[in-house]
Amino acid sequence: MTLAGVEGEDRQDYTREESRAIRARSSRLLGSLLRPLRGRVVVAMLIVATSTALQTAGPALIAFGIDAGLPAILNHQDAMPLAVVVLLYLGAAIVGAVLMWHYTMLSARISQAFLFDLRGRIYRHAQLLSLEFHESYTSGRIIARQTNDLDSIRELLDSGIQGLIRGALYMVFIAATLLFLDPISALVIACSVPVLLVLTRWFQVTSQRAFRATRVHSARLIVKFVETMTGIRAVKAFRAEQRNAGEFGATNESYRDANAKAIGVFGIFDPSLVVIGNIVVAVVLLVGGLRVADGGLAVGVLLAALMYTRRFFDPMEEMAQFYNSYQSASAALEKISGVLEESPSVPDPVRPVDLWTAKGALDFDDVRFAYHEDRVILPDFELHIPAGQTVALVGSTGAGKSTLAKLVARFYDPTDGVVRLDGVDLRDVHPKDLRRAIVMVTQEAYLFSGTVADNIALGKPGATLDEIRAAAHAVGADTFIEALPQGYDTDVNKRGGRVSAGQRQLLSFARAFLADPAVLILDEATASLDIPSERLVQEGLTTLLADRTAIVIAHRLSTVAIADRVLVMEHGRIVEDGTPAELIGGDGRFATLHKAWRDSLV
Amino acid sequence: MPDQSTPPTRGTVRTLARILPFVRPYLGRTVTSLFVYVALTMVSLSVPVVLQWIIDGPLTTGDARQVWPAAGIVLGLGIAEGLLIMVRRFLVLTPSTHIEANMRNALYAKLQDLPVAFHDRWQSGQLLSRSMSDLSTIRRWLAFGVILLVGNVVVIVVGFGILFTWSWQLALVFIIASIPMWVVGFRFEHRYSLVSRRAQDQQGDLATTVEESVHGIRVLKAFGRGKHSLENFLRQAEELRGTELEKARSIAGLWLWLLLIPDVAFALSLLGGVVLAASGQLTVGGLIAFFAAAAVLRWPIESIGWLLSMTFETRTAVERVFEVLDEPNPIRDPEHPSTVAEPRGRLVFENVHFRYQDSPPSVPDLLDDVVLEVEPGETMALVGLTGSGKTTLTALATRLYDVTGGRVLLDGVDIRELTRDELRARIAMAFEEATLFSASVRENVLLGRPELDLDSPEADAVLAEALEIAQADFVERLPLSADTTIGEEGLSLSGGQRQRIALARAIAARPSVLVLDDPLSALDVDTEARVEAGLRRVLASTTALVVAHRPSTVMLADRVALLENGRITDVGRHSELLARNEHYRYVISSLDEDRETEHEEQEVIA
Repeated sequence: MTLAGVEGEDRQDYTREESRAIRARSSRLLGSLLRPLRGRVVVAMLIVATSTALQTAGPALIAFGIDAGLPAILNHQDAMPLAVVVLLYLGAAIVGAVLMWHYTMLSARISQAFLFDLRGRIYRHAQLLSLEFHESYTSGRIIARQTNDLDSIRELLDSGIQGLIRGALYMVFIAATLLFLDPISALVIACSVPVLLVLTRWFQVTSQRAFRATRVHSARLIVKFVETMTGIRAVKAFRAEQRNAGEFGATNESYRDANAKAIGVFGIFDPSLVVIGNIVVAVVLLVGGLRVADGGLAVGVLLAALMYTRRFFDPMEEMAQFYNSYQSASAALEKISGVLEESPSVPDPVRPVDLWTAKGALDFDDVRFAYHEDRVILPDFELHIPAGQTVALVGSTGAGKSTLAKLVARFYDPTDGVVRLDGVDLRDVHPKDLRRAIVMVTQEAYLFSGTVADNIALGKPGATLDEIRAAAHAVGADTFIEALPQGYDTDVNKRGGRVSAGQRQLLSFARAFLADPAVLILDEATASLDIPSERLVQEGLTTLLADRTAIVIAHRLSTVAIADRVLVMEHGRIVEDGTPAELIGGDGRFATLHKAWRDSLV
Repeated sequence: MPDQSTPPTRGTVRTLARILPFVRPYLGRTVTSLFVYVALTMVSLSVPVVLQWIIDGPLTTGDARQVWPAAGIVLGLGIAEGLLIMVRRFLVLTPSTHIEANMRNALYAKLQDLPVAFHDRWQSGQLLSRSMSDLSTIRRWLAFGVILLVGNVVVIVVGFGILFTWSWQLALVFIIASIPMWVVGFRFEHRYSLVSRRAQDQQGDLATTVEESVHGIRVLKAFGRGKHSLENFLRQAEELRGTELEKARSIAGLWLWLLLIPDVAFALSLLGGVVLAASGQLTVGGLIAFFAAAAVLRWPIESIGWLLSMTFETRTAVERVFEVLDEPNPIRDPEHPSTVAEPRGRLVFENVHFRYQDSPPSVPDLLDDVVLEVEPGETMALVGLTGSGKTTLTALATRLYDVTGGRVLLDGVDIRELTRDELRARIAMAFEEATLFSASVRENVLLGRPELDLDSPEADAVLAEALEIAQADFVERLPLSADTTIGEEGLSLSGGQRQRIALARAIAARPSVLVLDDPLSALDVDTEARVEAGLRRVLASTTALVVAHRPSTVMLADRVALLENGRITDVGRHSELLARNEHYRYVISSLDEDRETEHEEQEVIA
């Protein structure tokens, strides 16, 4: 059983193969992110290696100063050896520190380039993924991937990596210097290495599990948090505060305990390292002391050996500290790689067909669509809409109207069969051309933070203010916009806080007007307009729809009046098809609906 | 938007001290762990003392037997150090994680308590980054930042004291060489805290953009604006990268001095030490022990830099968290709450004014002297153009916003004299934008009935009735029927389905007053008619204020209030208003014309 994409993300009981597959996909991602930075990484490594080597020289120079410099002064009144040692020491310190400065800057540039690349990739990929993915994966989680998980990686790159690299180099250089200076002490240190490896391995396994758990809980916490803040009106209106606080508190507690567990693992690892280090120091002192006592070792070298031994274990602590962030970062990267592995179920065409000026003819050939095998929405659908026709879709909730609209907008691809625009399979149309040719306005008129003008201009980036005004005027949105405090420059604030649902919809109409597509789909787009606004929009619509294909889904039959053709749908099939007048005149379902609607107006 | 550029005004210590109330319950363990840390560094400082003794003693005399016990002492001290570290870590484990969790709960509670006007101003990405990243920064600082900072300062002072006993000249050289480090650290504070705050804010903004790109994915896809939004995102990410690099530059500057200064100090001490030893003022053992002690001190001295930067980062985090916690809440429960003695459901708007706080003085009040009385049991429809203030007026009834003038009375009591809990228990709302939570249908519908046991037969009855009235029969066909999880983490429902659940929620609350803000907009005609039939039964006995866009909704009401430019300009029965009010006809009955044209069409065809 292998896991694909984000599947099984919440589980903690991966099998061996599953973990291996996840790690492999995560390393692939890491490799592809690092590849363009190769050159700079190599330079940074050379700099940090040189710098660390120079910084490692200190104790050896002190030993030389004591063992050679001191006797030279005492016996020969010769201060030269000491002066040379001190100057060398100063030189190494200055060059080492300056190189370290360069390394810090260069590694920051590399980290930031890495993060920038990764941020862009997830964002781009999240935008590419189909609505189907977004609906099942939920917004909170995709947000967590792009915020919390990226934070963990940033943390590692900010400080962790530096600690790891410097630490590892330190250990290597110290080992090398000791081997040259006093091989017996080096041998003592070498004896501790297997123990260190076992300890590190234990830590790796235990903490990885613990950190994965913290990720899962923090993602849940974020979902709950975002849900509360975005739904705050309903929370208050229904006094859900206490209940929310209870749920949030419980999740928070799990997160807290998972965190404590992860930190606790570290609380065993770190002191064990210290104990091992100190045992080695004691042994080096014993072995070295015995040799100094019988004259086999200079006392300065013993000091150097002790200082090196201590320094050898110092970075281990530091490295272990940063192992912490390494764990959470790698867990984060695993999840991100899962999202990036998800392939868009509505992929861009391999060989796109250019459709620079679409006329707007639509065809459904033997289209079958099912969200799941047991939920078939359109069993077998045939439809031809000539260019320029305005079609109204009527039918009860669940009849398949919105699905049809989503297929035309290519939010989904049909399970079987083909949807064509001007005879070209939608799956082959260049995405740019497709989006210019077909625009869908839905009931949820989402506004982005920015000004009113920005939001309308979304329909046509780079639109002039005059064009924006013209679009607003055409759909009748200009009156309310001009009444706003700063007119077109009014900030719509968070989630359109101060713009009413109806006004939001007028704005999204203006947006669509500005986009000027060959095919316009209105899915319940007039639902929350009041009557005068709807009438205004409809006046605008009559001109707007005149020379383009339109699919209008409306529960309000008043909208149907402007259609050339009405399709009544039931259970994914067309049951009536004709001009509004024909259908009203008949005795079908539409005639009944129309009568009910007229009665409601009295 | 919150002000993002104000430089910190409080001192670092005073700012950090603000978390004391959260730390207090764990103060004992935190302080103990500080002492343990100091004790353990004293242990490591005593190793050089042993070293001096061993070199000047047994090694000089060549007495190899004495090396054994000395190494034994070093070994014992080393093991003690490890044990103390473990004790310290476990001492601080509970406090740090618990304080973080408690602060997060407090922040969440505060955010839920703050009025809607606050949430209008603040993007949830900004709030989220405070609740997650900032709080974990605080946790890390509490777990080791502050302890290491204080402990290392103590160690440095004690260490210098020991150095003095061996050679005051060398110790002096070492201290003088260390002084520039404090200067560097001090200068670092100001620069770093500013740039680090900017980075955190930019991260919050980036999080907001991410959030909008996810919530607005349908719009972005519909208009093919993915690339455009990506460019916008990348521009912001680029800005953040610039700030982060600036941050790195100041860290690199700090590091430069932190590495350079100790080594220069060592080199000068070597020079001085050897000269002193040559002139016989210092034993070789003293010289070596000096370097051994200085090596022990090297890490504490070096660490001061990053501990300071961590402390400043934490200061910024504390500021950001308290920016929310300090936010005054103008919509509070009264100190001595009244209660509605005899709930009948009479809702009165008495000369009500409302304006947004930040709207410029030139803009007239959004609601300008609204006078409206809804009698017990009466259904009042609220009709007006888009933007006339209908939704705002309904929001005032449950104090989602407070009036800026006048009063709202429920059964004769100013609603500001009731607790918000009582008020919102008596008045239930359904919004046009139906917000459902990640929970079962049952939990969502019974949200307004916290006193009911969710699994009791009574709850079942309330649930069934509410779903029936709201025509939410589709619930039965959900995989686990009413126990199906919906919302963000569950099954996604259509707009019409969500509205019906939200309506059922308002009905199930069994309030004295129902406030419905155009709750049927997403329903098709058939369903709307059935919901209205159900609603009629509820509305017969419940006071209701219903925002209506459609004649069909107006038909549910006993009377209609016409809202025009923030004032109620007419109240009366639908037919009366139709007859006497031109604006009302304009707002509500313009569809008549359409009907006329359709009739004509029909006649032509016939």
